[in-house]
Amino acid sequence: MQATSRAFKANAHRALGNPELQRAMGMMRTGFPERRAVAIARLPEFEALRDDGIAIKNHVLAHLDFYLETFEKNVIAQGGKVHWCRTAQEARETVLALCREHGARTVTKGKSMIGEEIAINEFLEANAITPVETDLGEYIVQIRHETPSHIIAPAVHLVKEQVAESFRAAHRDLPHDRALDEARVLCDEARSVLRRQFLAADVGITGANFLVAETGSSIIVTNEGNGDLTQTLPKAHIVLASLEKIVPTLEDATTLLRLLARSATGQEFSTYTTVSTGPRRAADPDGPAAYHVVLLDNGRSALLGGEFQDMLRCIRCAACLNHCPVYGAVGGHAYGWVYSGPMGAVLTPTLIGIEEAGQLPNASTFCGRCESVCPMRIPLPKMMRQWREREFAKKLSPKAQRWGLALWAYVAKRPTLYRAASAAASRVLGFMGGARGRFRSLPLASGWTDMRDMPAPEGKSFMTLWAERRKPAPRQAATP
Amino acid sequence: MAAQRRVGLFVTCLVDLFRPTVGFAAVKLLEDGGCVVEVPALQTCCGQPAYNSGDREDAKAIARQVIAAFAGFDYVVVPSGSCGGMIKTHYPALFADEPSMAEEAGALAARTFELISFLADVLQITQVEARYSGVVTYHDACSGLRELGVKAQPRRLLASIDGLELKEMATPEVCCGFGGTFCVKYPEISDKMVSDKVADIAATGADTLLCGDMGCLLNMAGKLTRLGKDVRARHVAEVLAGMTDRAPPLGAPVSPVRQGKP
Repeated sequence: MQATSRAFKANAHRALGNPELQRAMGMMRTGFPERRAVAIARLPEFEALRDDGIAIKNHVLAHLDFYLETFEKNVIAQGGKVHWCRTAQEARETVLALCREHGARTVTKGKSMIGEEIAINEFLEANAITPVETDLGEYIVQIRHETPSHIIAPAVHLVKEQVAESFRAAHRDLPHDRALDEARVLCDEARSVLRRQFLAADVGITGANFLVAETGSSIIVTNEGNGDLTQTLPKAHIVLASLEKIVPTLEDATTLLRLLARSATGQEFSTYTTVSTGPRRAADPDGPAAYHVVLLDNGRSALLGGEFQDMLRCIRCAACLNHCPVYGAVGGHAYGWVYSGPMGAVLTPTLIGIEEAGQLPNASTFCGRCESVCPMRIPLPKMMRQWREREFAKKLSPKAQRWGLALWAYVAKRPTLYRAASAAASRVLGFMGGARGRFRSLPLASGWTDMRDMPAPEGKSFMTLWAERRKPAPRQAATP
Repeated sequence: MAAQRRVGLFVTCLVDLFRPTVGFAAVKLLEDGGCVVEVPALQTCCGQPAYNSGDREDAKAIARQVIAAFAGFDYVVVPSGSCGGMIKTHYPALFADEPSMAEEAGALAARTFELISFLADVLQITQVEARYSGVVTYHDACSGLRELGVKAQPRRLLASIDGLELKEMATPEVCCGFGGTFCVKYPEISDKMVSDKVADIAATGADTLLCGDMGCLLNMAGKLTRLGKDVRARHVAEVLAGMTDRAPPLGAPVSPVRQGKP
């Protein structure tokens, strides 16, 4: 996927002027946080659970090589195979080779952000294999030729009227004048269309929420059950996962699952939690004949031991997106690449470079709501600041901004000069503001005054008034 | 009686420049609470503009200046959660790789408090002598709320004011879109955020907006006046100190009566 993160501001401008997007984001801004708050209020040990989850992830990251090798050993013992891929390109080619090996023409897909990261759909299409998304949200964005705008709710940027329109355009064999104004009806229609695809698919690709080292299993959670059909009906199941998805034991996975659902959708548990361990055994009534795990690094191992390591604790719950006022204002597509919101602002520069993605860690007020809801307590604002530091060191930020900052810092480091400047500014702005008490426009401040007034200063600076108040004090009046 | 607490007031650049009344309100509240208040002349800004722009060296230089200026006080009090949070949580992090400075930064951090939480948590003040006639709504500025845990304290103190009724907005904990340099780097997104915030404020029917941070207040007050909303914006300290007659609400015209005063 071609990144447009450099154009974040232009993307955001378009998003802010898009009425459907704004209507959709308005609903998500309240819905997700409310549901999460209710779920967490009902679990008194939530904070302790967070500590446990963080300890699990930190432990894994400290011993990642060991757990990955254990995982591979156990996958092989269960009859599956692990494919180690350093880059997105390696992962794409591995998936293609596996699809060809199984003679695939149609591939069903469960939701996978790694699939987005390696742009597997475009690659398969270019190689004459048809990928069909089976998660409802993913299916909707696929038929609209869009990308997911949210890591767990891919079509959250759309309102249902847009979905209805897309269904009419895509499902031409159905009567054009059918009623499609209820979410339930849309859901049923997608279900019946997808049913045929499930049965026709040669290979099923899913992501993984967790890879379990002790059993060699992969785990996915869904609310639609599409993942189960994707992975059990075709001849082969390919799991796309990045290497930090590993956890030591099933017990650890359940701890994280309890955090995941509550943080993500406010559910106590997702509707379907599916554990896959190897291919179909002789006595199994169903299941794929082959089980492959395509394990992607794509720069993640380089984060180990560095200042962005904590990002590898992320369990992709999207609580940070759901609570981010910037994400809520502009939606996910504005971020210009696969990951959006605060986790995207930290992760994207690690994957495509700060030169490409420098806007993202800047587009934050550091309000801290993301970190406060992150089940893994990832210090997202701190890491966005670290990106800004790298950007500043490389002189990547806009010149005007750096010069303005340098001028300000020069004055701020000289208290006497600073006091004179602030006293003068108070006086001048206070005078100019006059009886009106505010400015509708100010030179050099159009970024502020185009949108809102600038309240005028009272007149004299505090330090000036304080010095005046102190003058008649007896102790200081004893001058000759 | 125990020895009086010697408090150094960190005025903050925005209070110094825009709203001296907040500084004097802080002094009054602290003196009423039995503190001796001093204002070190060597203070400028806490360094957030540099720190949040990735300019660590200038942020450190400014932090060193603040640490030196406020050495020797029993407490340092800041009428802002954002600047208070900078000193309390970020100064120690800034000097994490300089052990001797880290110790000094840690010592300053331990003595530093945001004004309202200092009144409530350290001075244990439960009520103030003030009157305010109006319905107020209170915006929880982000850093105070999430870095310093300022949430219940201002509400408790406001509840002790005669004539004041508090009506909560739907999402008092959602950022107003100020974010320091954010509001000028991303003006359109900031505008969307402050527009939502102002709609939330207006929906309460309150006639007054209170908040403990000047940055957020300038942003919200500026949007309220631009949209012609009849809501008065003030720093919470002005109301708690009973000093609302000293200055008109933020961005409001100076009343003729006030102008006529010497």
